[in-house]
Amino acid sequence: MARAITPRRKALNTAIAWAIGLVIFFPILWVFVLSLKTEGSAILPPLDVLRAPWTFESYGLVQERSNYFRHFSNSVIIAVGSTFLGLLVAVPAAWAMAFVPSKRTKNILLWMLSTKMLPAVGVLYPIYLLFIRMGLLDSRLGLTIVLMLINLPIIVWMLYTYFREIPGEILEAARMDGASLREEVLYVLTPMAIPGMASTVLLNIILAWNEAFWTLNLTAAQAAPLTAFIASYSSPEGLFYAKLSAASVMAIAPILIMGWFSQKQLVRGLTFGAVK
Amino acid sequence: MATQHSRSAARLMMAPAVTLLLGWMLVPLTMTLYFSFKQYLPMRGGDLGWVGFDNYVRFVSSSAFWPSVQATLVLVGGVLVITVVLGVALALLLDQPMWGQGVVRVLVIAPFFVMPTVSALLWKNMFLDPVNGFFAHILKAVGLAPIEFLSQYSLVSIILIVSWQWLPFATLILLTATQSLDSEQLEAAEMDGARWPSRFIFIILPHLSRAITVVILIQTIFLLGIFAEIFVTTQGSFGTRTLTYLIFQRVLESQNVGLGSAGGVYAIILANIVAIFLMRVVGKNLDA
Amino acid sequence: MGQIQLNKVSKSFGNVEVIPPLDLTIEDGEFVVFVGPSGCGKSTLLRLIAGLEDVSGGHVLIDGRDATETVPAKRGLAMVFQSYALYPHMSVRKNIAFPLRMAGLDKAEQARKVEQAAEVLNLTDYLDRRPGQLSGGQRQRVAIGRAIVREPEAFLFDEPLSNLDAALRVGMRLEISELHKRLKTTMIYVTHDQVEAMTMADKIVVLQAGFIEQVGSPLELYQRPRNVFVAGFIGSPKMNLISGAEAAKHDATTIGIRPEHIGISQTEGTWKGTVGVSEHLGSDTFFHVQCNASPEPITVRATGELSLQYGAEVWLTPRQEHLHRFDENGLRIE
Repeated sequence: MARAITPRRKALNTAIAWAIGLVIFFPILWVFVLSLKTEGSAILPPLDVLRAPWTFESYGLVQERSNYFRHFSNSVIIAVGSTFLGLLVAVPAAWAMAFVPSKRTKNILLWMLSTKMLPAVGVLYPIYLLFIRMGLLDSRLGLTIVLMLINLPIIVWMLYTYFREIPGEILEAARMDGASLREEVLYVLTPMAIPGMASTVLLNIILAWNEAFWTLNLTAAQAAPLTAFIASYSSPEGLFYAKLSAASVMAIAPILIMGWFSQKQLVRGLTFGAVK
Repeated sequence: MATQHSRSAARLMMAPAVTLLLGWMLVPLTMTLYFSFKQYLPMRGGDLGWVGFDNYVRFVSSSAFWPSVQATLVLVGGVLVITVVLGVALALLLDQPMWGQGVVRVLVIAPFFVMPTVSALLWKNMFLDPVNGFFAHILKAVGLAPIEFLSQYSLVSIILIVSWQWLPFATLILLTATQSLDSEQLEAAEMDGARWPSRFIFIILPHLSRAITVVILIQTIFLLGIFAEIFVTTQGSFGTRTLTYLIFQRVLESQNVGLGSAGGVYAIILANIVAIFLMRVVGKNLDA
Repeated sequence: MGQIQLNKVSKSFGNVEVIPPLDLTIEDGEFVVFVGPSGCGKSTLLRLIAGLEDVSGGHVLIDGRDATETVPAKRGLAMVFQSYALYPHMSVRKNIAFPLRMAGLDKAEQARKVEQAAEVLNLTDYLDRRPGQLSGGQRQRVAIGRAIVREPEAFLFDEPLSNLDAALRVGMRLEISELHKRLKTTMIYVTHDQVEAMTMADKIVVLQAGFIEQVGSPLELYQRPRNVFVAGFIGSPKMNLISGAEAAKHDATTIGIRPEHIGISQTEGTWKGTVGVSEHLGSDTFFHVQCNASPEPITVRATGELSLQYGAEVWLTPRQEHLHRFDENGLRIE
């Protein structure tokens, strides 16, 4: 039973929490504001910025200056591709571990997790070398494969925890009701597993979209996704605040929206089920 | 319950994932180990033969090594302290009844979804820039001299950026853990005469301890690998060259692969030490 | 027809034998309850009959046919699970229709049978809801509905009422008994609650550690428990069991006397004692009396009107014709 609290106390909570929330969110909000200003007004003091006229011109200029949509589509292809490739490999594995557990299941899961802990920089050169030899450097295919591999443990883990939550009695009920193995999978298991798979997909697209080690080191002009493209603003061009802001807003907006939908899954996915 | 037949089917289903990860782990790891015992300079003569543990000794004895260890420790430690302390506070606050709880939660969590290069550049240019940055404007407005954050307080600035990115993660996990605390436990403690500080120390903190451990371990693993934030801001200058960044410079910038690989092996060992603790926590949960 | 026969059926998990070889025959149309403390193997036995577990030895015969190797779906049995095991993503209608759909019935026939079952179980208004939107009792009914549409040879119930609150449990108990009377189909019902066993069963099978302690009608078990375990397990409040000197007077290791078979008087009787806690139920009163005859307090059932002070001195008289005697092996002495 939650206890009733006084309205004054609730108002105080609200005020403090909103203040903190706005401070934390402010940088994102400010970038959004700057993206709607001209280059000249974006560098003015904050109050003058707010008074300056609003405009969408920066969004157009970003595309003109460099092929923004190429990088955007690179991001989409790499993030979505690596996630579905990973799903293809992970679903059978997680399925087997959840429904036919053996003594080794736990060790295999922990070992998979341990590969996630491998510091990327420790294997940077070998991967770089292999990519050169195989002609994968600066290719979307190469990056898709690498991102699939680094996120595979998380995909397997998340699916495993979701699959394990499907109660065994329901599968037994389906068998008692006369369902064959195929029907059991088709009519009972799959519909029950879909929400878990959807959350897994969501979280992994976010992780792949934001990955910024391999994308920076393994791509150049051709296959660079948004992470690498934005990094190119780090040199003098960074002084174009309005354009940088517009490019940033477009880069983070889709993932911010997806992220809000996946708060719960985030906890499960990133703590490997250790916190629920 | 499982029959022999389903066991072999299960093994077959796991095979692709296991094979891929095994390859992903073993191939590059073996190569790194191999290079670490070689004098290998791709731009200046290529493979110059075996050198034993030379690279390992040289990596540790180079003048850049200890400062990089120090920078790594300060960065990781600083971010951990900030995110855990503020994370616990925020989690407790967000667990209180209020209006617009969902919206506040969304505001707090948002930075986690901003890609590292964007958040680094956003802070570097729009906030920390000594001429046009938000903070510079504020300082000028109150009559103070603007601060060159990224050169004068470089490591602190990076800690700030990284903490901003990871505070949502800590908050979210600690909030989830807070919500699972049985409110009757707190009421029982209250009936037993425990005031708020005692309830926090004796009930809430112990309840959160597991989640805090998980936050610390997972963040440590990610923080040890922080790269993009340094890459787009200071490029490792002004005392922000962490171990990860040092290895990156050795390998790709100065193309001294042997030396960098030895550093990579150190990084792998370091990460594994943290990982062992994390595995214990996670493994225990698997049994439950 | 739904006669089920177990011949030397046994079950081991690894090296642990949870059910030693046992024989049991369940006649067509009988309501049989497996009862016993938790961990006694009653649920395992039910799952062996269902085919959800493979037997380690022996044979399961359904209507005389050997069904030992038959998959669960082909045994013609329906099961109601403890957790109800409803499919969360299907409406009530689809849940109930699922076994019919699996059997390949045409849509019209499915709809007709679902409507019929819903009528019987008062679920007509809920057919389009999801299980998550139902109360515990309604979910229970859906699980039963899913079982009855199949018109099985026998129903298997695995502790179906244990997740319901007390009031609802009594109601559902009656409904299930009612259903049995109407359908006249064999039902096997597993519970740890001896009240459920006594009130519902035609035949009770008392299990302990995988062994069948006794098989019989509720009254047989109540009146002539074969051993100390059954004597203590069946009946509420429990039978008073006394061993030692008092039992020796009756040439037994242990004697048992039910609370309703003891007379209580403030003036005279066999055993002298002091009244401890008394529980007034209105219709009856239970006194817990401390006597020299027994180290444990003796429970006595008296009429609702009788009232005695805590600590009052009383005399108890066991009615000799209702005295149960057990030997050193705990077996009944006739």
